[in-house]
Amino acid sequence: MNPAPSVIIFTVLSGLGFGFLAWLCSGIATPDGLHGLLVFALGYGLAVGGLVASTFHLGQPMRAWRAFTQWRSSWLSREAWVSVAALLAAAPVALGALAGREPGLWGLVAAALCLGTVLCTAMIYAQLATVPRWHHPLVPVTFVLFALAGGAILLPLPGVAAVLSAGLAAVLAIGFRIGDGRFAGAGSTLATATGLGRIGAPRVFEQPHTGGNYLTREMIHVVGRRHAARLRSIAVAGVALPALILPLLPPVAGVALALCAHLAGAFAARWLFFAEAEHVVGLYYGRRPLPEKG
Amino acid sequence: MTCLPGYTEKKLGLVIDLDTCVGCQACVTACKGWNDQGYGVPLSDQDAYGADPSGTFLNRVHSYEVQPDDGAAQIINFPRSCLHCEDAPCVTVCPTGASYKRIEDGIVLVNESACIGCGLCAWACPYGARELDAEAGVMKKCTLCVDRIYNDTLPEEDREPACVRTCPTGARHFGDLGDPDSEVSRLVAARDGFALMPELRTRPVNRYLPPRRKDAREDASLLAPLLDLQAQGFAGWLDRMLGKMG
Ligand code: SF4
Ligand code: SF4
Ligand code: SF4
Repeated sequence: MNPAPSVIIFTVLSGLGFGFLAWLCSGIATPDGLHGLLVFALGYGLAVGGLVASTFHLGQPMRAWRAFTQWRSSWLSREAWVSVAALLAAAPVALGALAGREPGLWGLVAAALCLGTVLCTAMIYAQLATVPRWHHPLVPVTFVLFALAGGAILLPLPGVAAVLSAGLAAVLAIGFRIGDGRFAGAGSTLATATGLGRIGAPRVFEQPHTGGNYLTREMIHVVGRRHAARLRSIAVAGVALPALILPLLPPVAGVALALCAHLAGAFAARWLFFAEAEHVVGLYYGRRPLPEKG
Repeated sequence: MTCLPGYTEKKLGLVIDLDTCVGCQACVTACKGWNDQGYGVPLSDQDAYGADPSGTFLNRVHSYEVQPDDGAAQIINFPRSCLHCEDAPCVTVCPTGASYKRIEDGIVLVNESACIGCGLCAWACPYGARELDAEAGVMKKCTLCVDRIYNDTLPEEDREPACVRTCPTGARHFGDLGDPDSEVSRLVAARDGFALMPELRTRPVNRYLPPRRKDAREDASLLAPLLDLQAQGFAGWLDRMLGKMG
């Protein structure tokens, strides 16, 4: 799939923002006073900035409000609802923090909505049977872990963040491995796509068009897969590093460095999430699934 | 509403004959032509006469080579358009309700004035049947020529999809695949028609008819007894004379 920058920025930043807000609302470590309000503002900035970035890739951004109507069937619509609910629910918690009040039970509701937003974002991808690499329960698990680990680094909750970072790195590495076998496992081939498998082994004789089209640009896009192995190492190392940095380095420098490592890993992982995802429509155009990596 | 109706009164769709399709692209052109003036915004082109032309089409014709275990390879032209699936994933993912499946005839349509151009439905379609129009920013797909098939202002013979009407070899058939007695259903039964990518459980309405082998004459065996017939008249006399001489 085409790794569109707006979508990568949106999913990474809003994920981090909602993860951060979830921790802030949970009451585990809620800063108070003016400092508390500013910290909440940072969370809002990341979360809302990401949401705004997501409208950049719409063909008709002015109609975005219509995305609220189909929550019964559509994960994208659910994401719209849950994100707005989360931002509204976190507001009284943020104002309470200014007055030095504990988030309490309401804070837990807001925290759940924040994580729910990240879950909905992940389900938009994980629901698609047409992209076998995404169509797996580890996808939502990875998205939520990214939010929790990033938020914990930012808070900072060094101990929790170190454990979550180590866990995220492991899940990410396992996810890469599982993902490599998903396309073949789904069983779609040019033979099933055309139904010509009943005669023999089909291959492309002539393309239906010599130029590009929406499908080839959006779904059959291949960029720099040669660098995939190196980027995978960067992604896993980036998200794992905070587990080492946080316990070893002094607080401020440690958190800053851990956040940089985490974000580098997150952007590399999210770029790969799109660039390595293969859509079954590529079969019609003669695209073979990537060979399995050993 | 982007929940699927679960039941449709008819299952209108296409049956595409891979045996007779010659890959002439007439249906591609007819579809583009009709839908430039019909349902919704026109199908735009970008850089149409330049170095990197690109445009929106609702129907594309591929060409494949298939190698059987024995015998010669076959070339098969393969038209690809929306299959009007019964369990259409493109409909349920749509956040705005713009994508829907009609209860009365099962046609899957996009209400373009509600579409935000998020592209998610195109991601959900396994068959590449949806293209986002670069000019209008809304999703385009095959309408099964809904503005022809019910159009009383057209002569009766034109009340079928433009691609079906134009096909010079009659490789495209239109009808109700929900009715087992319809011509299209009988065709599918007689020719062992099949659905594409059944493993994705989209339950397409459209069917494809398999191509026959073309490297051996099917009539060889059928006509064999006729070839033994005694020649009549002058040819018979000549045959007998030549036989005697031999
Ligand atoms: S072919 Fe694609 S666009 Fe058409 S109904 Fe099926 S899933 Fe939807
Ligand atoms: S592109 Fe339009 S029709 Fe497709 S899912 Fe988005 S809003 Fe619905
Ligand atoms: S039915 Fe109409 S819209 Fe669909 S492919 Fe044929 S000509 Fe195009």
